[in-house]
Amino acid sequence: MRVIFKNSYDNDINLFEDRVHLLKYAVLLLAALVMPWVISAYYVGELTSVLIWSLAGLGLMLIAGHTGQVSLGHAAFMAIGAFSHLALMLRGWPFVPALIASGVVTGLAGALIARPLGRMSGIYLAIATLALSIIIEDVAIVATPITGGIAGLFAPPIEFFGLMIDRYGTPRAFYYLCLTVLIIVTLGYANLLRSPTGRSFLAVRDSEVSARALGVNVPRAKTVSFALSCGITGLAGALYAHQAQAVNYESFLVLISITLLLQVVVGGLGSMHGAFFGAFVVVLLPQTISMARSFINTNTPFNLGAYPGMDTAVFALIILLMIIYEPRGIYGIWIRLRTWLELFPLYRKGMFRRTRTYLKTERMR
Amino acid sequence: MDILQLLISGIANGCIYGLLALGFVLIYKATEAVNFAQGDMLMLGAFLGITVINSNYMDMPFLAGLIAAAVVMGIFGYLLDRLVLRGIFGQPQFAMVILTIALGFLLRFFAGVTWGYDPISLESPFAGRILELGDLTIPMVDAVIIVATVLLTTSLYFFFARTRLGVAMQACSQNQMAAYYMGIPVKRVNAIVWALSGVVAAIAGVLFAAKGAIEPSTGLIFGIKAFAAAVIGGLGSLPGALAGGLLVGVVEPFASRYLPSGFGPIAPYALMLMVLVLRPGGLFAQIKQKKV
Repeated sequence: MRVIFKNSYDNDINLFEDRVHLLKYAVLLLAALVMPWVISAYYVGELTSVLIWSLAGLGLMLIAGHTGQVSLGHAAFMAIGAFSHLALMLRGWPFVPALIASGVVTGLAGALIARPLGRMSGIYLAIATLALSIIIEDVAIVATPITGGIAGLFAPPIEFFGLMIDRYGTPRAFYYLCLTVLIIVTLGYANLLRSPTGRSFLAVRDSEVSARALGVNVPRAKTVSFALSCGITGLAGALYAHQAQAVNYESFLVLISITLLLQVVVGGLGSMHGAFFGAFVVVLLPQTISMARSFINTNTPFNLGAYPGMDTAVFALIILLMIIYEPRGIYGIWIRLRTWLELFPLYRKGMFRRTRTYLKTERMR
Repeated sequence: MDILQLLISGIANGCIYGLLALGFVLIYKATEAVNFAQGDMLMLGAFLGITVINSNYMDMPFLAGLIAAAVVMGIFGYLLDRLVLRGIFGQPQFAMVILTIALGFLLRFFAGVTWGYDPISLESPFAGRILELGDLTIPMVDAVIIVATVLLTTSLYFFFARTRLGVAMQACSQNQMAAYYMGIPVKRVNAIVWALSGVVAAIAGVLFAAKGAIEPSTGLIFGIKAFAAAVIGGLGSLPGALAGGLLVGVVEPFASRYLPSGFGPIAPYALMLMVLVLRPGGLFAQIKQKKV
């Protein structure tokens, strides 16, 4: 068990607690860099998907996990990011400015929407954002000059300082591109959370009344959080467009919004790690299920038919069990496991027992 | 005349939305949870109705089949609360949202495996029959739906306003702890509310299946639309839910008729967003600011 000795208040907000902590992340980064050379091209593609969904999950985590405003419509912002990015690239913008611009555009769109939405809370907000996600599907058809109408848009190849990056041609280069964007955003996110702005988000999440009493400008905090969250999700949308090669109104259905929320919940709401864990589950689960099915079919007397929608059902079952038994998601399990290892013989059973609360009405807030 | 015709079909549609919204409001009113699987419960109720009523399955008379489906869904709702939802009793509202979303996925998968993915419609005694009022022709189904909705809503309204159980449900929703201290069996009341909303979902489902075809994914989009209805009315108000449902039902056909194409399907949501922006608590708002 390590004891961290703090000799200044600033130590509390260090990104890394100590050398060991830093070393762990360095090893993780190294593993992420080496990975594409170890596994086959197909799995590099899958891993890239994990990175992109982690990015989208981070975006949602900021608003849902750290500001406490549940959004069921983040696929809409992925759509805005993807379409604005492709529209700019097709008009001759280079990749990097177009990517940044798409993030900014989505962030502005988020800020614009956050003003009226910020007055709602809880369930009303969730439903309003859900409606937004449905509306964007139809808007994507109507706004033909930008979105290409029903046919949608095809992603042009990325040219990066003379280097051509293509999802199929050079999967490793595309992987590194996504990794770079993800690392930049993750560092920015971690820094944001230790800044006054990030702290005000947490205050708003825990209690709006107390946050206001402490001098937090609640509408402003919500707007900023929404804008940043949407901006990050927009970046994920832009990268997703390159990953999928083509996007149209069907690429960002309501179900994607819902899956994204389930992703951050299964990962662990309120922790940055959760977005990453959740992305692994969402992307790799269908793969695992089909592998498990073929294993059972060949090695046991049972024969499982290929039911359509099986992976969503299994995913839903995981969520169900997770909410009942471990509401803090995979991150919660990880924390418990880590504590058990650190304290090895001294771990006691009730250490992470949840406190029972009684429901208080939301109609008085 | 054309407008009147459109209005009546809109009202009949709106009644189904209203009934479904009623299911949301019931649960919200009593447990302050929002059931995102309500649309899927409607779908399940409709499929149950088809199973007991259609001639190629069990071939029961319509009314008996309706009651059977309602009873089964009532039991389903009760067991759902006892076996699944009680596990998160006392957790924040958000947990319930996620849980019911996941539940909806499971119900859709179950229905798809059991009844297949092709749309099926219900054989009802009033299929194809019409009612003539002057120049107006009203399909019999629409008339039945409107009457059934009015009956159900009034009885639920009086149930909440006048009976001991109804008042107990309202008390639970306002403050579980205080309700418990007053001797209300909070957990049992919750289970009864879920059963009741199952019954309402089954009735709405059977009526809907009599009007149009049903398939496993019907519940999702339908549920979201009914949600819009419930929110427009202000979650937690029974007359509001019905009014919201009617509004959504009426706006839809008119928008697709008189607005440029592409705007019809989004009209209900645009309406809802507008209502939420202007009155964040819905038309019959129930939210009050807390005083510290």
